[in-house]
Amino acid sequence: MKISILARSAFTSILRNKTRSFLTTLGVIIGVLSVILLTSIGNGLTVFIEEQFQNLGSNLLIVSPGEIVNEEGGFNQEEAALALATSKLSQSDVTAIKRIGYPVGDVVPLIQGSAEVRNERGKRRSISIATTKEYSPMRNTKVVVGRFLTDSDVTGNRKVVVIGNKIAEKLFAGLDPLGQSVTINRVRFEIIGVIEKKSDGGFGGPDFDSAVYIPVSTARSALGQDKMTNILVQAASKKDIPLAIDKIKSTLEKRLNKEDFSVTDQSDILKTIQTILGTLTVGLAGIAAISLFVGGIGIMNIMLVAVSERTKEIGLRKALGATPNNIMIQFLIESAVLSTLGGIVGIILGVLGAMAIHPFFPATASLNSILLAFGVSLATGIVFGVFPARKAAKLSPIEALRYE
Amino acid sequence: MSTSKNKISQPVLELSHITKSYELGDQTLEILRDISITIRAGELVAIVGPSGSGKSTLMHIMGILDQQTTGTVKLAGKEVVNLSETEAAVLRNKYIGFIFQQFNLLPRTSALENVLLPTIYSGNAIEKTPYATKLLNDLGLGDRLQNAPNQLSGGQQQRVAIARALVNDPAVIFADEPTGNLDSKSGHEVVEILKQLNKDGRTIVIVTHDLELAKVANRTIKIFDGKIVSDQTK
Repeated sequence: MKISILARSAFTSILRNKTRSFLTTLGVIIGVLSVILLTSIGNGLTVFIEEQFQNLGSNLLIVSPGEIVNEEGGFNQEEAALALATSKLSQSDVTAIKRIGYPVGDVVPLIQGSAEVRNERGKRRSISIATTKEYSPMRNTKVVVGRFLTDSDVTGNRKVVVIGNKIAEKLFAGLDPLGQSVTINRVRFEIIGVIEKKSDGGFGGPDFDSAVYIPVSTARSALGQDKMTNILVQAASKKDIPLAIDKIKSTLEKRLNKEDFSVTDQSDILKTIQTILGTLTVGLAGIAAISLFVGGIGIMNIMLVAVSERTKEIGLRKALGATPNNIMIQFLIESAVLSTLGGIVGIILGVLGAMAIHPFFPATASLNSILLAFGVSLATGIVFGVFPARKAAKLSPIEALRYE
Repeated sequence: MSTSKNKISQPVLELSHITKSYELGDQTLEILRDISITIRAGELVAIVGPSGSGKSTLMHIMGILDQQTTGTVKLAGKEVVNLSETEAAVLRNKYIGFIFQQFNLLPRTSALENVLLPTIYSGNAIEKTPYATKLLNDLGLGDRLQNAPNQLSGGQQQRVAIARALVNDPAVIFADEPTGNLDSKSGHEVVEILKQLNKDGRTIVIVTHDLELAKVANRTIKIFDGKIVSDQTK
């Protein structure tokens, strides 16, 4: 018996009841559509967050004051807030870490404070980031106009500032800010550069476009800030990260109490986020799969109706020599065709839907989720078709022929 | 042409001491009692009986659609015992043709495809297409090959069903009240076709309650209350 003949007869009987077939496949269409949309959203979110992390620089270790990471590896927020206020990390610790050499690369001190940036045109609330020239390459922070901080800015305690994009827009709309001055917390600074637009500060991250960058030495001398908010350390390579963490820890333990600092690896945080998003995506797909399941029940229901409607046809086919397997395969193909058609429509709508929301949300329909949805819809048709098909196959030819 | 009448030919179907009974609670319902019939190649036999006489059950057993309670059935010289449903289907496909009172054509399926239905299960639909076309041509439906049953008259539909019964060249063809759903003119045409097919050497068993129809046969077996009451050859 030829599968192609059966497939054709399946199409014929599906087309015979167009409205019914459409309503039946609607369940599968909605199921597949939601699987694809929700997994695309999950995948898109993961990609988006990975990109954000890459923007922040790679192989980056962060030395923070206090025990911001608790013993279970979670983030200890209350402790972190308290620790920032009572940081014991100082410039001499920065120097000590620098002296480790390999596998430690660049070491960048960071003093963050709130700042009020002001000129004759207005004022703007901002974060001040006091650092050194290595900050720029390490965090992919690029200057669009002028230059970033230099070594001589730091050694000379110069009152110079590199301003974020939004500050430039707000305080110097249309004018060239270079060489102009602003006051930060009432101290006058000369503007030497403007930072490229980086992010909208969405998803709760700091708004780097509203930041101002000053030499770390100047923060100490002019603003009285001398305790480090963070020390950023670049490991020589990805595989050197664990060794670098060990060396930094042993160096700092000689100078500070164990609870006065912690060293975190950015990839740990990324891994945690990826795990969370992975679970979220699976969870979303699971919810969507419920509607696919309901769609499958719809198919099973309509196939049961088809079997009893076509009892006489089944009896005839058996009388003419159809084996139980022939009948079973005929009905299985019919339900598989029904659900696969639904799957294909659902995939097309899902991909179009993902494209439609792409401008507003980083959703991308992955090939994997498309293949998965297709496979699942085919499997749905077969799994939910088995019961009606077996029922058809078991019919006695005499009873079936007599059926009116 | 007509070689069967006086010459002893091969038996195609041999039933000996067939009984069929159903258990209904503590009662046993006997449908067929001790039936022995031999159908030989080339015969045109009528099995006649009123409704409830057991003639349909007998046809089902002869057509390998049902199995007897006791007794033996030999089809084409081989005893058929303890068949699985699949084995029975294969035998029906190869050796048996059915013509039904209700025609039983697949709706929205062309005459040609209806005729080819048994060949789907024997796996030779493509090879049999020219033969199926010829059968329909011979039955005067050459211009109706692509018509669906609802575009055909009752007589035409029954002729499609006859072509379908012939397509696999079965050893025996069962016609169950073949004229029951037809007007007298179409009924007469169908009877003529059956006679002609028998003349061409086909073995045909007509099952009917209609004594007039039974007259076309060379041999008439009368069934009453599950038993053979007469078996006469002209």
